[in-house]
Amino acid sequence: MASKKDQFISACATLAKGEAGNTGEWRAKRPIIDLSKCTPCKKQKDTCYLCWLYCPDGTVKRGIPLEIDLQYCKGCGVCAQVCPTKAIRMEVEEQFVLSECVIQEEVE
Amino acid sequence: MSKVQIINGNETAAMGAKLCRVQVIAAYPITPQSKIPETLIKYVESGELEAEFIRVESEHSALTVCISASTVGARVFTATAANGLAYMHEQLHWAAGARLPIVMALANRGLGAPWTIFNDMQDSISQRDTGWMQVYCRDNQEIMDSIIMAYKICEQLHVPMMVCFDGYVLSHTVMPVEIPDQKQVDAFLPPYVPHLQVDGPDPININPVMLADPRTNAQGVSCPSYMGFRMRLQETLESAGDVILNVGREFGDVFGRSYECLLWKYRTEGADTILLTMGSLANEASLAVDALREKGWKAGAVALRVFRPFPAATLRQALSDAKHVVIFDKNISYGNEGATCTETKAALFESGLRPTITNYIVGLGGKSITAADLEAATIKSVEQKGQVSTPQWIGVAV
Amino acid sequence: MTTKVMQLPEEEYMLPGTRACSGCGLSLAYRHILKALGEKTILTIPACCLTVLHGLYPSTSVRLTNINTAFATTAASATGIAAGLKALGKTDYTVVGIAGDGGTFDIGIQALSAAAERNTDFLYICYDNEGYMNTGTQRSSATPMGAFTTTTPGTKIEHKKDILAIMEAHGIPYLASASPAYPLDLYDKVAKAKNIQGTRFMHINIPCPPGWGFSTDDLVKLGKLAVDTAMWVLLEIENGVLRLTGRSRSMARSGKKKPVSQYLKLQGRFKHITPEQIDYLQDWIDKRWQRFLQRHELSGTA
Repeated sequence: MASKKDQFISACATLAKGEAGNTGEWRAKRPIIDLSKCTPCKKQKDTCYLCWLYCPDGTVKRGIPLEIDLQYCKGCGVCAQVCPTKAIRMEVEEQFVLSECVIQEEVE
Repeated sequence: MSKVQIINGNETAAMGAKLCRVQVIAAYPITPQSKIPETLIKYVESGELEAEFIRVESEHSALTVCISASTVGARVFTATAANGLAYMHEQLHWAAGARLPIVMALANRGLGAPWTIFNDMQDSISQRDTGWMQVYCRDNQEIMDSIIMAYKICEQLHVPMMVCFDGYVLSHTVMPVEIPDQKQVDAFLPPYVPHLQVDGPDPININPVMLADPRTNAQGVSCPSYMGFRMRLQETLESAGDVILNVGREFGDVFGRSYECLLWKYRTEGADTILLTMGSLANEASLAVDALREKGWKAGAVALRVFRPFPAATLRQALSDAKHVVIFDKNISYGNEGATCTETKAALFESGLRPTITNYIVGLGGKSITAADLEAATIKSVEQKGQVSTPQWIGVAV
Repeated sequence: MTTKVMQLPEEEYMLPGTRACSGCGLSLAYRHILKALGEKTILTIPACCLTVLHGLYPSTSVRLTNINTAFATTAASATGIAAGLKALGKTDYTVVGIAGDGGTFDIGIQALSAAAERNTDFLYICYDNEGYMNTGTQRSSATPMGAFTTTTPGTKIEHKKDILAIMEAHGIPYLASASPAYPLDLYDKVAKAKNIQGTRFMHINIPCPPGWGFSTDDLVKLGKLAVDTAMWVLLEIENGVLRLTGRSRSMARSGKKKPVSQYLKLQGRFKHITPEQIDYLQDWIDKRWQRFLQRHELSGTA
């Protein structure tokens, strides 16, 4: 019989990052930031950050330099479109996956 | 000191909820239960009861309000009947699966179509699969007592309960009811402590989507599947009998009326013919038993008090000497037979006991059913030697 | 004063790696809604895309307590939470019900109307992706005329239901219309609504890439076009006084409004819209825009 001590009387989920797994694996394209065009980086000032503002998944980390969490970035391309200086471009994901495989082989 | 008032079933139910210091009430009026929300509103507006009364727009919302209020930790109450209960159906499943100690007063009434405002048990019987516990009251005193016991049982088991009583027959009939003393109720029923903390340090996502297999959470703990949670509900109900009996005995110790039983027995000692009923019809059944005994029959009556969880073992014991069982159902599972009949046969299956079983469908849509009807039906079924296996209807001229 | 980007809290209440589609308008809107709500919020969410975003048991991606509820019940569930908390003396929580257009315009409208009529103390947010997207793009009464859905495989012939007018008719203290294409405007509205007593209703435009048929990277561009064409209008109605906000307010001043065809042609769902339907839509937009301009003039903030 379920007692008060049974933590599974009813269903409660607890917090976890990557609830859907490594959603970076969904990507067909990944964002690459050209820091020479990125305004906060160029001005060394907390400014713009429109890519952080508009990322639907919150995978952009505000800061100098900006970082994108590739483990979870789904590659939607919104950041590239909203960037006012076109500092972000979307590159086909395959080339990175392949090159990572190549690196793996070299190590072995 | 408790005192006696002459009140009807609806007023009794409202008073019972008040004594239990319910904190959130959401109930939509429906014949024959409308007096329950009306009475409760009077208590709240006069300050006699400190509660939030939500004037919802439907029964579906009424039960939803209760579910959410109970989830955050308030003691809740609702009441309905017939089509109102049917309207809540989706949420009945939800409340049980969410493991919430919601108590509902149910004034049994037949369902449309066609319309009836009068009594039968099709409404609550139709909901027997939902996971709610169900008790059936023979008189208004039992309504009062059952509501008070319900909170104690539900808050221990984390399962909701409906306290059922016949519409009009009890809801609108005044009879003496001993009103328990508030202090005694407070001692018997401490404040509700929910099993969830919505304002705890860690956020929780309550009753989310889940999959068919167990999965491990971020802390590495293996968590149940949908079936795992549902099995827990069933396991709780399977062992609920002991809690119900203990609370019934404790109630007797405090208030002087014991409910340490899952069913009522009347003159069953040495009986070979048993009349089986639920609710107020138990009273007519006892009168029929007296009449049969006068004629030399060894007759007795059994009335189920608790219908869910179904008291199979207790019922087997009560019917162990019976050669004939005559089952009167104020309901029918269309395409088959009366629900009590089916469940009784199932209970007897594993025992090897094989009395004759006859099923009568009675009282639908408030059709009057008398002790004389029950007596005549019993005599007829014994003459039939249990060879009529389909349900027989009493009181239908056309 | 409008909040600026750097003033937004950096903390995310929605952790990355959710089940939301790539480029999901709801996901973007939700990030900022949650930032504005902050701690001491209890959510209640019906069966919809947001349920999936919140995650499958035993994990959740959102750092606020949520009580999942049946499809038709968002406002009733919120009512129960508010009543329970009040009965328990826990008065420092914001109760928020968040549902899609299905759960608001259609199956949930009865409970919503009742809660608003009682001026229940809660914030109701409708995220409007203009269809039953979680079940595969069937039409809702929020689907615009001319759109393809799986249950309007030609085009939808009925016009979009005017939910703002319906909710305004309940006499509630605050209503707002917002868009994730303008997240600062959205954030400010949620932050304001949070501190108002009574029923607050927010209607948010949620572009949906799979449901509407557009490339994910156009999410913000499309959201902005919706506002630029006045297909979607950013506004607030406080105690009956309507005022345009943000981009819509600028448009009122400049008098510039783009033709709706520019918005429609970016979306696959309008592939079969007829010229008559486009004319009807443009006419409806123009007339509604005029009505909003008139009310906005009276607000004293034009």
